[in-house]
Amino acid sequence: MNVKFLTLAVAASLAAPLPSFAERASDGEVRIIYWQAPSILNPFLSGGTKDLESASLVLEPLGRYDQDGNMVAWLAQSIPTVENGGVSEDLTTITWKLKDGILWSDGTSVSSHDVKFTADYCMHPEGGCSQLSNFDDVASVDVIDDLTVKVTFGVPKPFPYGPFMGSTSPIIQRAQFENCMGAKAPECTEANFNPIGTGPFRVTEFRPNDVISMEANPNYRDPSKPAFASLVFKGGGDATAAGRSVLETGEFDYAWNLQLAPDVLANMEAAGKGTVVSAFGTLVERIMVNLTNPDPALGDERSTAAHPHPFLTDINVRKALSMAIDRELLVEIGYGVAGRPTCNILPAPPIYASNANDACLIHDIEGANNSLDEAGWMPGPDGIRQRDGVRISILYQTSTNAVRQDFQALIKQWWSEIGVETELRNIDASVFFGGDPGSPDTYQKFYADLEMYANNFDGTDPEVYMGNWKCDESPSPDTQWQGANMPRYCDPEYEALLDEMSKTGDLNERARLAKAMNDMLMQNFIMIPLVDRGRVSAHSNSLGGVVLNTWDSELWNAADWHRID
Amino acid sequence: MFHYTIRRLLLAIPTLLFISLILFLLLDLAPGDPTAQLPLTIPPEVKEKIRLSLGLGEPIYIRYLLWLQQFFVNEPLHLLAEITNIDLSGGAQRVISWQTRSPVVDIVVQRMPQTLWVVGLSYVIGVLIALPIGIISAYRQYSWFDQIGTFVSMVGFSVPTFFTGVLLIVIFSVQLGWFPSIYDTTHRVEDWPSFLFQVKQLAMPVAVLALFNAAQISRFMRASMLDNLNQDYVRTARAKGLAERVVLLVHVLRNSMIPVVTVIALGVPTVFGGAIITEQVFKVNGLGQLLITAIQANDIPMVQTLTFMFAVLIVLFNLAADILYGILDPRIRYD
Repeated sequence: MNVKFLTLAVAASLAAPLPSFAERASDGEVRIIYWQAPSILNPFLSGGTKDLESASLVLEPLGRYDQDGNMVAWLAQSIPTVENGGVSEDLTTITWKLKDGILWSDGTSVSSHDVKFTADYCMHPEGGCSQLSNFDDVASVDVIDDLTVKVTFGVPKPFPYGPFMGSTSPIIQRAQFENCMGAKAPECTEANFNPIGTGPFRVTEFRPNDVISMEANPNYRDPSKPAFASLVFKGGGDATAAGRSVLETGEFDYAWNLQLAPDVLANMEAAGKGTVVSAFGTLVERIMVNLTNPDPALGDERSTAAHPHPFLTDINVRKALSMAIDRELLVEIGYGVAGRPTCNILPAPPIYASNANDACLIHDIEGANNSLDEAGWMPGPDGIRQRDGVRISILYQTSTNAVRQDFQALIKQWWSEIGVETELRNIDASVFFGGDPGSPDTYQKFYADLEMYANNFDGTDPEVYMGNWKCDESPSPDTQWQGANMPRYCDPEYEALLDEMSKTGDLNERARLAKAMNDMLMQNFIMIPLVDRGRVSAHSNSLGGVVLNTWDSELWNAADWHRID
Repeated sequence: MFHYTIRRLLLAIPTLLFISLILFLLLDLAPGDPTAQLPLTIPPEVKEKIRLSLGLGEPIYIRYLLWLQQFFVNEPLHLLAEITNIDLSGGAQRVISWQTRSPVVDIVVQRMPQTLWVVGLSYVIGVLIALPIGIISAYRQYSWFDQIGTFVSMVGFSVPTFFTGVLLIVIFSVQLGWFPSIYDTTHRVEDWPSFLFQVKQLAMPVAVLALFNAAQISRFMRASMLDNLNQDYVRTARAKGLAERVVLLVHVLRNSMIPVVTVIALGVPTVFGGAIITEQVFKVNGLGQLLITAIQANDIPMVQTLTFMFAVLIVLFNLAADILYGILDPRIRYD
């Protein structure tokens, strides 16, 4: 199914005619539907994908990631590297040079002052900027001349592409946002709804949580683009309705993120009005293993490093749980073209993907049983395995979501075949991911033995992501339950690798280290990866130029979109 | 009657204040977090800063008082400035939505047209259909007309709008291609073709909601007519030799309308509340959709303001229903 689909998708993209050198605004209107409606067009005040992607039609960064995760210069002349002298030898500065003659949509020219202002805007302590982590360790941003800006970091930054790269860190106009710094940021409704940008389109009307009307930017740097004179960005409804409007009724040209049951999507596509496209990024649906004891009797020390887990600290148990899962079947039932089985927590980009753990793809109940037998976990009178009075009885929690509940039911069945008792629990997503330290049901508190959710990382560099499993990232009462190390995993060897990575600038060497860390986590079964979840979108057959990109905004190349007759 | 109205209005003030407090406490004490919908890639310390910038660092009573001031002082002052150009507010903070970082009231005003078009029209059409059906059904009780009317209203009442809505979309948008499945809120009626388009895009959502409304009201109408038709005064009227038309439409109908008018008046606030499900199904993006997205995003100022405005409408229309009662039925006197 997957292979067939991908071949079709590739064939479709090859069959599309090369972009004709049409004039700007010659192709009428393009209509996009996102089933989550954009609330604001200032990406620094909202982290939601819907907001970032709608804003990416207007606001652009200095550099973007293409569909393969490679960096491409966008507003900059080139991507600065150590080789071309853009990044200093000691890895503490990066110097960006803007392309000459770029104009804002209001006709004024873009200068390095705007770039510096963008950094100041986001780094303002009272602004509540949601993209602040892109500016981690930035000591200063200095204007060298009108087109050159130098970012200095407080520490050596082997991957200095946080600021001004990708859809999460675009450049905003200083003249427009000058009076919107810090606590004033939310009050600038006009600027937040109608940002002036350099992108192919500019906003004519913004209706929050409803619809955005845009028109071609008359000052866009390529005089022949965009091909469309206007753009309608409708939001709201649900994924089914969005898919239907592109694939079945043809009212819209592009529908985003169609997380639908595989058969529903196939039926819609059969109507023949549009094409489903998919691409894979780093989003992995995984089961986190709690290495600490969540027993309610422990009170405040529940799920903290003070008390090791009674049976999940045994690697044989963790291994058996992983072996008993049929990942192929999970993909088939839950995701179809939008998923593929994975044995890695770091599945992409290609240079970081390890293939040392692929054994997990085999569904092996017998092997799992053997592994438990050898470790001395023997079935008790009720058929549940136990050792020294400890029964393997698991509380397995996740957020409320139809696919996740299907997964839970299937996995519970497989585990029952290896003598493991499973109690299932699901929690409303806004509570589970809410991070409220007062709630016992958050994914950070992890008052369960196992929990399942999906996570990924921004951009293409996995250093921060791999840093999630540092010992001091473990959530605990001392950290107000903040931190991303859900398994409470602590291994000095792992941290040594991480430390080495933070001092290494060479990309291939970084890839080796990242793979080694991934293998370490996987071979110790600290987490049980299930499905590599891709992005599925759909476009009408008359819309050309769509290149689905999971490393940046999906609408990253909207300037190249055009109408096919 | 006048004194009664004044008294009720004055009594409404503490009632509404109490409602606003309960709403605020309910929303605030319910689990949930405005940053929960943000991607997991945003680190928790950044989320914490976002929460502080939304004012969540303040204690609960400060936030409640702040909302009271924003809603009852700053918003009216702003409205005054808009109308008369006399700015007394001095740029004081209005009620700001957490999702959009823009004034809640502006968004509500922006959403009003589509909700009034769709939900309001369906209410009017629903009432217009329901009254004759109710009257005839009662007059010819157990006739084939009554049986069909009962069947249709049972269907309309028991089949949920998310089913009828999607069914209509599949038939009329996907199969036949007559009507758009997605409502265009930016559409402006300027000439004949654009009016036709407006009718087309209203057709399905209005039909779905009108069926639902008509089903409810026609049952009330029928029941109320049946109550009156067996009364002694009807027999007397007939014995006096009054025409059947006069008996039915003047005497019985007027008496039967008393409870029905109350039901209709009490239903008006729901028009402003929007129709959450139908709006989602047809992407009308009116007040109902605004409320549900705000709830999902834990946008407390938005939810608080919207639900409070609904509360005001409900209190006012309750009063209106009571006054109508007095006008329709001379036996009822409040003073």
